[in-house]
Amino acid sequence: MKYVNEFRNGDAARVLAEKIAREVHPERQYRLMEFCGGHTHTIFRYGIPDLLPANVQMMHGPGCPVCVLPMKRIDAAIELAMKHNVILCSYGDMLRVPGSHRMSLQKAKGQGADIRMLYSPADALEIARQCPDREVVFFAIGFETTTPPTAVILQQADQMGLKNFSVFCNHVMTPPAIRGILEPARQSGQTILEGLVGPGHVSLIIGANPYQDLVKDYQLPIVISGFEPLDLLHSILMLIQQVNAGSRMVENQYTRAVTDSGNQKAQAMIEECFEVRESFEWRGLGELPNSALRIREAFAHLDAERRYSLTESIGQDNKACECPAVLRGAKKPTDCKLFGTSCTPENPIGSCMVSSEGACAAYYTYRSRAIPAKSFSVNSLSKEV
Amino acid sequence: MKQDLQHGVIEMAHGSGGRAMAELIDQLFLKHFDNQWLRQKQDHAVFQVPAGRLAMSTDSHVVSPLFFPGGDIGALSVHGTINDVAMSGARPLYLSAGFVIEEGFPLADLERVVRSMARASREAGVPVVTGDTKVVEKGNADGLYINTTGIGMVPDGIDMEPRNIQPGDRILINGSIGDHGIAILSQRENLTFDTDLQSDSQPLHTLVSAMLKSVPGIRCMRDPTRGGVAATLNELAQQTGLGMVLEESSLVISPAVQAVSELLGLDPLYIANEGKLLAFCPSGEVDKLLAAMRSHPMGQNASIIGEVQAENAGMVSLNTCFGGQRLVDWRYSDPLPRIC
Repeated sequence: MKYVNEFRNGDAARVLAEKIAREVHPERQYRLMEFCGGHTHTIFRYGIPDLLPANVQMMHGPGCPVCVLPMKRIDAAIELAMKHNVILCSYGDMLRVPGSHRMSLQKAKGQGADIRMLYSPADALEIARQCPDREVVFFAIGFETTTPPTAVILQQADQMGLKNFSVFCNHVMTPPAIRGILEPARQSGQTILEGLVGPGHVSLIIGANPYQDLVKDYQLPIVISGFEPLDLLHSILMLIQQVNAGSRMVENQYTRAVTDSGNQKAQAMIEECFEVRESFEWRGLGELPNSALRIREAFAHLDAERRYSLTESIGQDNKACECPAVLRGAKKPTDCKLFGTSCTPENPIGSCMVSSEGACAAYYTYRSRAIPAKSFSVNSLSKEV
Repeated sequence: MKQDLQHGVIEMAHGSGGRAMAELIDQLFLKHFDNQWLRQKQDHAVFQVPAGRLAMSTDSHVVSPLFFPGGDIGALSVHGTINDVAMSGARPLYLSAGFVIEEGFPLADLERVVRSMARASREAGVPVVTGDTKVVEKGNADGLYINTTGIGMVPDGIDMEPRNIQPGDRILINGSIGDHGIAILSQRENLTFDTDLQSDSQPLHTLVSAMLKSVPGIRCMRDPTRGGVAATLNELAQQTGLGMVLEESSLVISPAVQAVSELLGLDPLYIANEGKLLAFCPSGEVDKLLAAMRSHPMGQNASIIGEVQAENAGMVSLNTCFGGQRLVDWRYSDPLPRIC
């Protein structure tokens, strides 16, 4: 396929891999984190670790929207669907994420809740228009990439004067999450990473500029990368070159999409519809200040959190689940006792096992050679159902 | 009385065993499937079979939507069962057809399906010799379900079982992957998109026969339907306790399938096919088999896509175009329900 296969060319990959091999200093460790779950997926889908020297290690960051959403927000969505009897519209990945007591939207659907899976938030508006007698709530999640589409439907619902529509807003922001990972290490004087692969689609919206402060504060090179495997290999090479040169700057590998100032129209829409929450809980990273968005007063009539009284659950994760450490890059999925045994993509316990962008799911799907063949069998899985 | 095949709908009476059912059978099923066995109007068909081993297979078809680019539930129900029988190496002989129809289903649509089914059966040379019709109340089925059963004769000396597969065997496929699943997906109501892609639904028994004529020692064949190539190979890897390695660069994927898969995050390896077969062949005979496949109209794009190995027992892996390796996991379910 034109303009896709070119970015997956095996010959070009070999040349880059050789360049990386020549560039790395054998005595040095290169711990590089890809923030974005889309990058994690690409890394495993194309077998990129096989092309890297042993001392270049990819750590997987928290940039997977469904992975970082704390359990209590999922509990609230389930409550909306079951107790308040709304039509809850959600992106597909959210359906299987376990809330408290291993309940999920999928299971709620099985118990009769009206939950619809969408590819586009615009479909939620259409459902609200078609079902004037029902309340429709869009379960909005995601980083800066999915925030502008939510802003669009808020504006459209407002213009259409839709009375039976609201948005349960869970949008989060990338730079505060990067701080959330790096700040504890800085305070304890540790170095946990040599470089960071910056997200591509997020940066398309926010631009390369917001990373400048991070580079300054944490003395860490950042390279914004595209999503194709050659993009990633190229970005890894750029990071290694920066590390070797002792340089600390923001570089943009994804120049075909990302500019310094980003998509200003989208930024203006976000600004018009949302304001920053003082604090928001992230799964794995805990409470992070100024890290998420809420719907502005001007659109309060479309805010599900204001429309419905939602109980705040405690939402405690399974104690053995290592998702928090995996999301911080502190542990590998295979370090978790539950990985591939009681936690699988079919029966996820932790959120990282749900989305294809989650590190555990990517490991399990593309990499889990250490798992005995037996545990793949339908029989052994069906016992847990 | 004449049934109104243009504007009429299925009523409970059509499945009642009374005159309405007899009229429907005469004016619709018999009209299109017409053959000496059905003309007997018995609840069974009696026929001669050659001495030797018979293969038998049954398949219920619940595809949604009923009509899709490149086919419909009727043709699919003929091809699906012919292919299941043919994968044993057998020459398919006869089919049965059972219809479960929802009350209110348009007779025009039923005739369209039956006509297509009859054409598929005629073109394949495998007659439908007995059948059954049931009607259920509105809301108790989604339009129409069709079960077909087929029997065929396995030629002497042909033995195609997974236990025959050996390390070193090559894995071949007769063309592009994922066409059927994506063609169905393109018509799903919440996700319509324009594509010229057609389902690959086709009967494979003549290709199988040409392949066996060229290389009688083919170890095993399977049609990678639900769950795609990935599910079929994983199943065989588990059954045989052998590993299977695929070469990504050898997989044939049409631009439309690739484009839709990219957009929706699907992997063509997991998407259903209805006109493809996987063959396991001793490495020494692989060139001969490939040539035989390519000289058949249904195997023009055939390729060798992988190899069986003793290592990584029970697992399927893929050498990526990019030079890395990854697991081709056995997923819990097909990503797209009701595909056939």
